Amino acid sequence: MEQTQSFGPILILLVLIVSFLYMHFTNGSGLTRIYLAGGIVLAAILILLPSLNVDLPDWFKAGFGATKIQLGLDLQGGTHLLMAVKLDEAVKTQLRRRADDLKHELKANKIDFENISVDDSGNLSAKLKSSADRTPFLDLVQKSFSDLTVSSSSDSSGPGPSYSLAYKTRELQTIRSNAMDQALETIRNRIDQLGVRETTVAKEGDNEILVQLPGIQDPERAKELIGKTAVLEFKLVDDSKSVQDAIKDGPPPGDDVLYGTSERGGREPYLVESPVLMTGDVVTDARVRPGGRLEGPYVAVELDARGAGIFDAMTSENVGRRLAIVLDNTVYSAPVIKERIPGGHVQITGRFSMDEAHDLAIVLRSGALPAPVEIEEERTVGPSLGRDSIRQGEMSFVIGAGAVLIFMAVYYSGAGLLADFGLSLNILLLICVMAALGATLTLPGIAGIVLTLGMSVDANVLVNERMREELRAGKSPREAVKLGYDRAWSAIRDSNISTFAAGLILFQFGTGPVKGFAVTLCVGVLTGLFSCIVVTRAWYDYRISMRKLTQISV
Amino acid sequence: MSLQLISPDINLDFVGKRYFFIALSTAINILAIVLLFTKGLNYGVDFAGGSVAQIEFTARTNGDAIRKALAPLDLGEVTVQDFGKAGQSFLARFQAVKNIGSIGPRLETALDKAYGPGAAKVVRVESVGAKVGSDLRRKGFFAVIIATIFMGVYIAIQFRHVSWSFGAGAVIALIHDVMVVMCALVIAQYQFDLTTLAAVLTVIGYSVHDTIIVSDRIREDSAKRRREPIASIMNRAINETLSRTILTSGTAITVLISLLAFGGPILRPSAFTLLIGFITGTYSSIYIAGPVVLFWEGGSGRTRTASSRAA
Repeated sequence: MEQTQSFGPILILLVLIVSFLYMHFTNGSGLTRIYLAGGIVLAAILILLPSLNVDLPDWFKAGFGATKIQLGLDLQGGTHLLMAVKLDEAVKTQLRRRADDLKHELKANKIDFENISVDDSGNLSAKLKSSADRTPFLDLVQKSFSDLTVSSSSDSSGPGPSYSLAYKTRELQTIRSNAMDQALETIRNRIDQLGVRETTVAKEGDNEILVQLPGIQDPERAKELIGKTAVLEFKLVDDSKSVQDAIKDGPPPGDDVLYGTSERGGREPYLVESPVLMTGDVVTDARVRPGGRLEGPYVAVELDARGAGIFDAMTSENVGRRLAIVLDNTVYSAPVIKERIPGGHVQITGRFSMDEAHDLAIVLRSGALPAPVEIEEERTVGPSLGRDSIRQGEMSFVIGAGAVLIFMAVYYSGAGLLADFGLSLNILLLICVMAALGATLTLPGIAGIVLTLGMSVDANVLVNERMREELRAGKSPREAVKLGYDRAWSAIRDSNISTFAAGLILFQFGTGPVKGFAVTLCVGVLTGLFSCIVVTRAWYDYRISMRKLTQISV
Repeated sequence: MSLQLISPDINLDFVGKRYFFIALSTAINILAIVLLFTKGLNYGVDFAGGSVAQIEFTARTNGDAIRKALAPLDLGEVTVQDFGKAGQSFLARFQAVKNIGSIGPRLETALDKAYGPGAAKVVRVESVGAKVGSDLRRKGFFAVIIATIFMGVYIAIQFRHVSWSFGAGAVIALIHDVMVVMCALVIAQYQFDLTTLAAVLTVIGYSVHDTIIVSDRIREDSAKRRREPIASIMNRAINETLSRTILTSGTAITVLISLLAFGGPILRPSAFTLLIGFITGTYSSIYIAGPVVLFWEGGSGRTRTASSRAA
């Protein structure tokens, strides 16, 4: 599901940036800047309110949205899947379809062929019976199969010429990217029906799909559901020959052996005829219906007009025979066709549990994947573990940060308290900007926060040490403040610019967790500069302009 | 005047002792390289591929018993690591099996058989295909190299008036720090996974930051004292920033010790990496980046080159 972004947070971000620039490049009286800083703190608190799970009035939600800090799966638990779509399989499927077209066209044009088949490496080989057909064949290919390139191949087993056909490069790219889009769409549809909130389905690289399911209770069922290719096929059962013989000696030509579940729960073989009479792309709807006490639930399938026509003809021609309903090469059921079935209503029965029937209905509704998918990466974190790592992380962070804050206040007294304020503001703003950007907080992201906090502490230490130096050199408090900030600035600037740029580069070239780190790093550098340099300086400037700064405690 | 840890007029001879520390650093780096190639990093599943499962038990158990319980699954070599909670939490690691998707329930079924139903719970499973692992390693490495080159060039330009070699110094210091951290990780045998990688990135960031801060003072002082040899300016700058260096790294190390002690087993490898990295990052600004600049400028005796003085 897409994140719902409202206008509020973006507006607040804009205000933050503009006031940052204003406060940094103007010197005037400190008072405006104090007000601005106050306004920004208020805005940050407003943005963060939804994350604190407070009940908010509707007008607030309408204005500011309910942007929450998104926690990564490593922190809140859930399942992360990276799946590779086998695009070569999609290409082969398409090519097989083209091979059928070619057979059809050749017959129509009275060109005899020995053999037309698609091999595993994605080549269509065609062998003609007579070399006289050479020119008509090539003309036909050029006219009706312009998506394929043709070349003579060196198969000299018969009298006729052999050809090898393959997709043109541009065609290949189109097929692959269409298959990818379709796979993405199909998986997104299936996941939407799982009813999990805040899921992510995204394309990664050329042929991978990333799926994130936060807080999911039953990852196995989800994986089962997502990974099913769900190619639904209707085939006739060949009852004229023995299945056992076919298993022993190999299926007779034109037949295949497929398996289903028997009543006793074992594997039951079926001998089915190879031609596919109808596929699942004509399905418009599929719903679970509770069956009787004995049969269990079944799935009621609705077909579109074309499918209804095919099904009508198929059933009227084959009354008395068995029709195998095959999903991903598994026979779900093989009922006897008792009579012609018009109208496009089909029932798929099987020995389903309620969940299985439900999942079958989902995959039938969302359509087939254009190619099988394979899980390449899986990370499942139980919700309790996620909570544990948050709690422990929080506690250790609070202890550590608390120690730093106390130390700063003791060591630098007044200036230390001001620095503490800056640091706290930094954390507040950082989390706030992360929430407004819809960025996800992960463990590597926290490492980025630790670094930027370290840099903010250092910025304050640098400024304060510098002020002490200038005071020792006999400068007035006013001059000491100015020189302290000015002289510390070149070091802080260079360090922050190089860190920020490195963050951008890591974001551009890195993947997953490296990106998460880079985001917090870049955001943290900005908020850190703002809170620990601009805001603290504004306070001193304000006191200078009020002529109150007769001494500073640092 | 309030509290003061370091006296303002402190003047320790840092630069003079550099040969000893260069020798020490070189030795540690050679050790790191040897360790990396002999013992090697303990790559986590993120980079090596395979699966790792975190299993929590209701009662105490041990690695051998878990291995025995998992033996019927035929997972190949299973390594079991104690993961805290007084012998009730373990990490089981094995090479990827065929059906990457359904490992969790299969482990639980096998453990239920050995320990009784409900005695063991698989709370985390991470499975990474070998291809993904090598992809992550390549992309992560590439990103870090580009970022490092950029920072080196940026620093070189910003400090060109003193010496063009500051960029090289910062980059060599950074490489030194990464090597030291790697060496520590090999010795500690913590798993090197994506979270640890993020910690190494943090170390790189801190190392460069610290080098820039110390170099900035050299830049400032050398603008004021144009006739003084760069070695003595460097020593003065290090002393002038010493108070800041101790305070900043001191506070950072405090936070990291807290993370290490209370952060739990998941944060421990990161906290350890950061702790070692921040210490060496502070050290390398003084004893790696500095000497590189001195070496470039032709030893401590000479003043800066005519070109840099003119700039």
